[in-house]
Amino acid sequence: MKYSLYNLVKNSFSYHENWEKAWSSPDLKPEYDVVIVGGGGHGLGTAYYLAKEFGVKNIAVLEKGWIGGGNTGRNTTIIRSNYLWDESAALYNHAVNLWEGLSSELNFNVMFSQRGLFHLAHSVHDMQEITRRGYSNYLNGIDAEILNQDQVAKKIPHINVNGRYPVLGALLQRRAGTARHDAVAWGYARAAENLGVDIIQNCEVKGIDISNGKVVGLQTTKGSVKVDKVGLVPAGHSSVLANMAGFSLPINSVPLQALVSEPVKPILDCVIMSNSVHVYVSQSDKGELVVGAGSDAYNSYSQRGSFDMIEHMMAPLVELFPIFSRLKMLRSWGGIVDVTPDRSPIIGKTPVKDLFINCGWGTGGFKATPGSAHVFAETVFRGEPNDIAAPFSLERHFSGALVDEAAAAAVAH
Amino acid sequence: MFIINCPYCGERDQTEFTCHGEAHIARPDKPSEISDEEWGKYLFFRENPKGTHFERWTHDHGCRRWFNVMRDTVTDQIIKTYKMGEAKPVISNE
Repeated sequence: MKYSLYNLVKNSFSYHENWEKAWSSPDLKPEYDVVIVGGGGHGLGTAYYLAKEFGVKNIAVLEKGWIGGGNTGRNTTIIRSNYLWDESAALYNHAVNLWEGLSSELNFNVMFSQRGLFHLAHSVHDMQEITRRGYSNYLNGIDAEILNQDQVAKKIPHINVNGRYPVLGALLQRRAGTARHDAVAWGYARAAENLGVDIIQNCEVKGIDISNGKVVGLQTTKGSVKVDKVGLVPAGHSSVLANMAGFSLPINSVPLQALVSEPVKPILDCVIMSNSVHVYVSQSDKGELVVGAGSDAYNSYSQRGSFDMIEHMMAPLVELFPIFSRLKMLRSWGGIVDVTPDRSPIIGKTPVKDLFINCGWGTGGFKATPGSAHVFAETVFRGEPNDIAAPFSLERHFSGALVDEAAAAAVAH
Repeated sequence: MFIINCPYCGERDQTEFTCHGEAHIARPDKPSEISDEEWGKYLFFRENPKGTHFERWTHDHGCRRWFNVMRDTVTDQIIKTYKMGEAKPVISNE
């Protein structure tokens, strides 16, 4: 059923009790052309684009928990594309272009809000970094504005530009913003199922069957399944899945935390990030402040992080915005992020034939969801990455052609 | 948050320490003779196990010495800490 004003009015006569389920829970079939492992935004999106743009008919998405219950539902929902290097700029800007039409494409409101993102600079070095990156963004056709202290103070009420962490300026991307993360998973799931994709929840992959160097099947908690092609789109368990297929990855899995405050009236109409003092914050449509910062440095699969990291994100927040100091924090949670040496994702082929991987998005995968899914669908379909995905191959760790975004991407890792 | 038993100073709070990743990675003996693939493996590829992990830590705000930690990455339980140069402990199958 299409979501429209007509159907909204029509369903109101039956007190909204007869809406169809957005997606069903089919049984696992014995055989599929393509199986996507991982039912987050990237995995569901991959299945959607495979069905829509490449006409693949027989697809399943296997999710070990519930869809969007992993890192898709655990992030701070920030979307931007102002990356330094050409390769990253192409990938993340491809995503922003798709974000702009996503709600109408999926017929599902993902609440994409281009409210603008300010990347704060606190020192002469920071100003040089944002200036370099801003000009790099211009050259790549990404909108960027380099602001001075007065402009920042004027645009962001309540910010303390002369505190312990003086704000000298900021890099503003107006096309950046936020989206409702759950809605992204739900929207892709519903749209994919409308195209015939089977979404199998509570189905964990326990083994990968390989014959003569080619993937032929998967062992899951719901039985075994024969496959022609497999796309691994995990977060937090990339190395575990790769080990099942007999290869290893240049990845460490570490905890990353976020938290939200009690809801308050509108006070912050943009996204604020700061590399140097290590905090990022935006206000959700419910009124909660959504706050995040850096990851812990040790490997863990526990989905919880250290207390001292929370203190590290709250201290600069109240210093930058003294008005927030009396807000109570409601919830904090952790997710496990797969971090690569160069902080860029791994998209492409693996040592196993017809087994493809899209992982290693580290601390910033949500923003790339539609772009990542789109280029990975093409990679799985053609068996070769396209121009946007090609620089992010696993091979780059042998050739040395790393896409080193450690200095430019988001909060320091 | 962990309480870490530094082999030199005893039990201290985690905030005094820094984790430096996987331990017991030996630099290749003949760097000029190995392939790009072997170099890549040495430099970038890591075990990243879901279970027992051997890792290097430094006691930055203490004795400033390096040591190794054997830790479970699912429960975050620290099983053992030991000095650099000591043999890798054996994982028991309990």
